[in-house]
Amino acid sequence: MGSVTDLEALLRPPAMEMPPYPPKVVTLASGEEMVVRQVGREEIPTLLKAIYPLLLVERDYYDIVAARLYAELLAYKRYRVRDEYVLVGLIGGVLAGVVNGRLVDAKVGMSYHTMTIRRGLRVGSHLFAAKMEYHIEHIGQEDVLIVAESPIGFRRWMIEYPLEKKYEVQHELGGVPSWVLTRKTYFDAKPRLVSGRRPVPAALLAGAATIRLPGDDVVKRQVLDEKGGGR
Amino acid sequence: MRPVYIVGAGMTRFGRSELPLVDLAGTASLAALRHASLGKVPVDGVVVANMGGSRINRQTALASALVDRLALYPAAAEAVENGPASGASAVKVGFQAVASGMADVVLVVGVEMMRAVDGLEGTDFVASLSHPEVEYIYGVTLPSLAGLFARLYMSRFGVERRHLAMVAIKNHDHAMKNPYAHIHQPITMEGILTSPEAVVNNPLVADPLCLFDCCPVSDGSAAVILASKDIAERLSGPRVRIAGMGQATDTHAVHEREDPTDLRAVRLASEKAFAMADAKPADVHVAELHDAFTILEIAESEAAGFFKRGEAHKAIERGETRLGGRLPVNPSGGLKARGHPVGATGVAQLVELTWQLRGEATDRQVEKAKVAYACNFGGFGNNVIATVLRKEER
Repeated sequence: MGSVTDLEALLRPPAMEMPPYPPKVVTLASGEEMVVRQVGREEIPTLLKAIYPLLLVERDYYDIVAARLYAELLAYKRYRVRDEYVLVGLIGGVLAGVVNGRLVDAKVGMSYHTMTIRRGLRVGSHLFAAKMEYHIEHIGQEDVLIVAESPIGFRRWMIEYPLEKKYEVQHELGGVPSWVLTRKTYFDAKPRLVSGRRPVPAALLAGAATIRLPGDDVVKRQVLDEKGGGR
Repeated sequence: MRPVYIVGAGMTRFGRSELPLVDLAGTASLAALRHASLGKVPVDGVVVANMGGSRINRQTALASALVDRLALYPAAAEAVENGPASGASAVKVGFQAVASGMADVVLVVGVEMMRAVDGLEGTDFVASLSHPEVEYIYGVTLPSLAGLFARLYMSRFGVERRHLAMVAIKNHDHAMKNPYAHIHQPITMEGILTSPEAVVNNPLVADPLCLFDCCPVSDGSAAVILASKDIAERLSGPRVRIAGMGQATDTHAVHEREDPTDLRAVRLASEKAFAMADAKPADVHVAELHDAFTILEIAESEAAGFFKRGEAHKAIERGETRLGGRLPVNPSGGLKARGHPVGATGVAQLVELTWQLRGEATDRQVEKAKVAYACNFGGFGNNVIATVLRKEER
């Protein structure tokens, strides 16, 4: 064994070339504009701060999604996961949701998580769709492997698209049998589920250049309260 | 018949509750009892409205349980199940007890915990009110009945999807002013109808109805205290009288109606309620309608007599049913945004109207409101209770 640098090279996974995700803007039910864009490693610490308060929120499986997403983002930042990408949704520059995934190989992608911080506006639906759009239309993959950890996710992905079972493949998230989004499924569902406009107007994009966090109390209120409280 | 007054009103925030069913009802009851400030006046009877406790919460005999939880013994206790009209039915039972002289003070509580089960089971539970042989077994759900009804109504009266969206936008706006509402989220025409993204934001549920045309699935409880005139006169605060109540039924299967767009039970129940109150629709200053689906607010407001048939959507366009308009409809946010815990809804409508008539509705107060109307719509219009409330000056 050689130097620390040599050891790091052994620990760090090789990377595939990935095209950038071109940002887009979507109008939400509230009339607000949400910019969807890719984030790099330098912005991960900001996202970790947003996710941290949700680690102990049991409601709708936020705790398990937050814990796993936290680990995945950290692994991305520290080069301990292969070919991961992260997209965010920003409303007026404020974080509304995060999605991530990775490439299994050139043809197959794997969806990791969808975390909605601003609820009740189908932010998660838009961001998940952006993730699928990235795999199929921009990277040019054939299949995306997907699982759901919550009933909400199951309804949004497995039923709404609808996805096909691919139980012979074990997903990385706990080895749960996978479902799959194929190119055909994606393009069949696109008119109903994938939207957004490009290019993003310069002023909107500039407003989304820096991620602003809503604050721990606001995050918890939005997650627990906006949809009718949790008392 | 003795006059009957609502001397106290309270509710929980609608949405999702983690309280046990009886504690949820107890919370609303205590709020109403505090509001009434009965002092040492005993509660003679307790009536609980609930539709699904036995099926989705595995609990029966709710009124007996509530009396025990609140230590209201030896008050008489009974539960009422009458589908989505359970709330107003329970108020009617309480009204009859006080009006007949059998009781002087009755606590009426509506409660439902629909989020105890997932959406599919919840939808199936509500669909069990449809006709078992000609509707339910063919997969009919309430959204599907409302979709068929909406399509027919739209084709006959020129109602467009934008009118349905206007109802949703209005009621979401009203709910922003109601701390007890399930949904605190303003929506816009662009966001739910006219932008390219609206197809994702507002997906089709039952053609032509979309997500934002449908009420949410809610937990919640609401309670009113009914009292005789003698008791009401001893209490402080404005007096709200139940001036009229009317009930009417229609065919169980919607397709058996001669004209399915004619909400005959709403019309007849309203006529009875207005006759009993010696009032007419034009006298009403504020109304709570059963907008489980946006189209129902339009259709009910016509059947109740507030607008001519086929005219309500034009009044909505003119803003007449908004807060500040000629006849504010659903200042609470309605079922659409305040929420719809089925057994609680009919009571919650009267809670809101009591607050309105007492001048206690804070940011959503309808100025100088003296006469109020509620429509609690059971089944798909096959069992309807209309109520007229009137503020009485001391």
